[in-house]
Amino acid sequence: MTSHALSGLALRSAAIGYVLCLVLIPLLAIGVQSLEHGAGKFLEDIRQPQAAAALVLTIKAALVTTIINAAFGTLSAWVLVRYTFPGRALLNALVDLPFAVPTLVAGLMIAALYGPTSPLGALLQRGGIEVLYNFPGITLAMLFVTMPFTIRALQPVLMELERDQEEAAYTLGATAWQAFRRVTIPAVLPGLLTGIFLTFVRALGEFGAVVIVAGNIPLKTQVAPVYVYGEIESYNAQGATSVSVVVLLVSFLALMLLERLTRPPGERLPAIFKTSRAGRPLRKSPQPATR
Amino acid sequence: MTTKIQVRSVSKRFGDVEVVSNVSFSVGEGELLGLLGPSGSGKTTVLRIIAGLESPTTGDIFLDGLRVNDVPVQERNIGFVFQHYALFKHMTVFENVAFGLKIKRRSKADVRARVAELLELMGLSGLTDRYPRQLSGGQRQRVAIARALAPRPRVLLLDEPFGAVDAQVRQELREWLIRLHHDLNVTSLFVTHDQEEAMEVSDRLIVFSKGHVDQIGTPAEVYEEPATEFVARFIGSMNIVEAEVKGGLARVRELEFPVPHADDGRRIRIGFRPYYVKISEDPLHFRQHARLRHIYFLGVAYRLEIETDTGLIFRSRMNKEEFRQRRFEVGQRVSYAITQFRVLPEDQGAGYSSRPLAEGPLTP
Amino acid sequence: MKRVLIAVVWGYFALLLIGPVAYVCAQAFDGGVPAFWNEVTKPEAVHGFWLTAKITLIVVVANVAFGTATALVLARQRFRGQTFFSGLIDLPFAISPVITGFMLILLFGPGTILGAFFGTMDVKILYAVPAMVLVTLFVTFPFVVREVTPILQAVGTDSEEAARTLGASEWQTFLRVTLPAIRWGVIYGATLTIARAIGEFGAVLVVSGNILLLTQTATLHIYQSYVDFNYLGAYAVAVVLLSISFMILMLLEVAKARSADASGAEPVSP
Repeated sequence: MTSHALSGLALRSAAIGYVLCLVLIPLLAIGVQSLEHGAGKFLEDIRQPQAAAALVLTIKAALVTTIINAAFGTLSAWVLVRYTFPGRALLNALVDLPFAVPTLVAGLMIAALYGPTSPLGALLQRGGIEVLYNFPGITLAMLFVTMPFTIRALQPVLMELERDQEEAAYTLGATAWQAFRRVTIPAVLPGLLTGIFLTFVRALGEFGAVVIVAGNIPLKTQVAPVYVYGEIESYNAQGATSVSVVVLLVSFLALMLLERLTRPPGERLPAIFKTSRAGRPLRKSPQPATR
Repeated sequence: MTTKIQVRSVSKRFGDVEVVSNVSFSVGEGELLGLLGPSGSGKTTVLRIIAGLESPTTGDIFLDGLRVNDVPVQERNIGFVFQHYALFKHMTVFENVAFGLKIKRRSKADVRARVAELLELMGLSGLTDRYPRQLSGGQRQRVAIARALAPRPRVLLLDEPFGAVDAQVRQELREWLIRLHHDLNVTSLFVTHDQEEAMEVSDRLIVFSKGHVDQIGTPAEVYEEPATEFVARFIGSMNIVEAEVKGGLARVRELEFPVPHADDGRRIRIGFRPYYVKISEDPLHFRQHARLRHIYFLGVAYRLEIETDTGLIFRSRMNKEEFRQRRFEVGQRVSYAITQFRVLPEDQGAGYSSRPLAEGPLTP
Repeated sequence: MKRVLIAVVWGYFALLLIGPVAYVCAQAFDGGVPAFWNEVTKPEAVHGFWLTAKITLIVVVANVAFGTATALVLARQRFRGQTFFSGLIDLPFAISPVITGFMLILLFGPGTILGAFFGTMDVKILYAVPAMVLVTLFVTFPFVVREVTPILQAVGTDSEEAARTLGASEWQTFLRVTLPAIRWGVIYGATLTIARAIGEFGAVLVVSGNILLLTQTATLHIYQSYVDFNYLGAYAVAVVLLSISFMILMLLEVAKARSADASGAEPVSP
């Protein structure tokens, strides 16, 4: 074996070993645990009122968050890409803020600003909107941590959309609206879908930001991750396991669906090679046309 | 021949830069017209103005005799082929070509028939369900043309159609475009910076320089009778010298060119094509002498580079038969004569002047 | 129309991002600078900062090393199960941190093989720093890999092959040719790793036992303060972490730009 091949093998073994130990084995552990007492017990655990309520609440909040995020995220991406205005660079940098801020701190900030002690919170309260320890608060916390996903997923797709294609559509007789509908939207759809699905999955699992803002009122503001935490603290492995597994399954299904939906037709390589999970194609160095 | 397109006194300004200056020309029905010039000469802008993708600052565009300045691009019924194809990446070849037809709400059967017809014509029949990223550069180009032709436009406009492909593919595409134009007889206008391409493909061509039209003519006219120095330099190869007029002769070093109508004291530019530099290995055959500096083999002919006794360097072109009958060697002392020349007018942009001041062989 | 849209976007950002940050910064100094200083220099707070820094350092080093190795394997090698393997790498993104912590408890808890094994060696994994390091490794693992893999893909093997023809060994090729090319991608990934490691809360909360002055990271300390109604303390330490976040953010932007310049490949959004 050449030294090149040998070192390749060594590298491969090290990398695979690391990933297996770090990722696969813990997942197997939880999988095994969930079936320890059989599938029947598993279903029973989920149907417990507290567990069921937590799951339903989390999915509902995640959906609402996804919708708001999709709308405002698309708008923000459009504005950031197509327009120039003072402060644009600042806004663009701020989009990455949720990635840099600890989730707990995020929850803290939102609870502070929108809770009853702040002027804004008091104002909202008088208007009948309770943010803290309530559904809007959960949504707001989820929105904070997922905010960059749609924006960052859409920006590169919008930038790549050359004006040429729009103009070509015009020369072929399309009105501005027809061009937008038939050319622009389909081109950005993969980016949009990626942003949406990533938002949903992330919102489902969010703990740090939500735990402060939502509090922990069972059946009312207790999201699934907080429920799981409670179960762990009470040494109730079964309860923790069942809800965890459901959350994991929903997340994995969503990601697989995303992969299916956004795989460019005719492509067989896994996404990690060509695009980010944000669906962003690489800007390759200029290649001769025949390559 | 009826006039299909008329451009009248069109100028275009971007900010305070005038990109197109007072351009006028017409295109006859069925013509294949080339817009030739270096980058930044305004030719692409003129094309886009005709298409309706830009509007002229001043001037008018007429299509089929009707003024279309206020007609939006969607309604001009022109076909446009973009430099980088602008294919719809998320659509198959079929869907790309069908796009214009679907906008016009043709029936599914009509669409299918027309698309099949075009794909067959373009040699793309097997690629109906492919996506642009799965095609080669040449194939993408042909899809772009098929797409533009599908809705039966009245004119076809092409922006640097062969700019982005390999030399080999470019040659094939050129020949194929000529054939296509011959078969379909659609009035076509194309922009290029490649003078060889323009010469080979066009029925007539327009040479642009810095937003102005320097010359309009057939390839032969433009080559043999360049109206300005720019055109002379841009088209084909040209030897150019600067001479001073005295007593009806333009002199530069040992050369004298008869210019009977020129005033004494004027400095003028004289140009002569390599083909008109005749060389003989017999030093007594011609009056002027030079040293053969370099011999280039061009495939169809030979290029000989000579350095005169007074230090001027000229290119000469000689076909293979003639070359092989003679005996030439690098470093050899040869005699030469210039058998035809042109005086090159300096002004560009004031239209083109009609005839040179003098033309004719020098006495050998 | 354009102005309205821009205004709406500004409003969105203000309500969601700028407002909360500004408010907390203001609140942290509500009692003046001395009170702020008092809170952030308390022994518990200082211990929290130290512990966070320690864990972060270990995690960054490990993930840069293994992440780069994994990226090399993914980008340069072909082997069976590659799709599955690359899917595994993305998994930590999809898993809630609490569940991550829980999985570790299942693995290392007292009733398990691993737990018993380490117990006999008298090495504490759970409710001690090692567990916290492990979960943080888990959640931050994908960052470096995902940033470096596309760059390796885009840069290609030409330069590396050239180096080999000139006699460079594998290691030399890596050090002198490959590494410089991916440098900014690695930095970008490492920066994301640092941000995530500092901010990790749910997983470490579960596995650490939250033992005061022993296994309480900065984020856990904030949580503790909040739960004890010491809002000022919570805000103060939060502001310290926020400042670090901003510095990280700036480093991110710089690394992003340099990474794009160097390789022509755009850095991948986390």
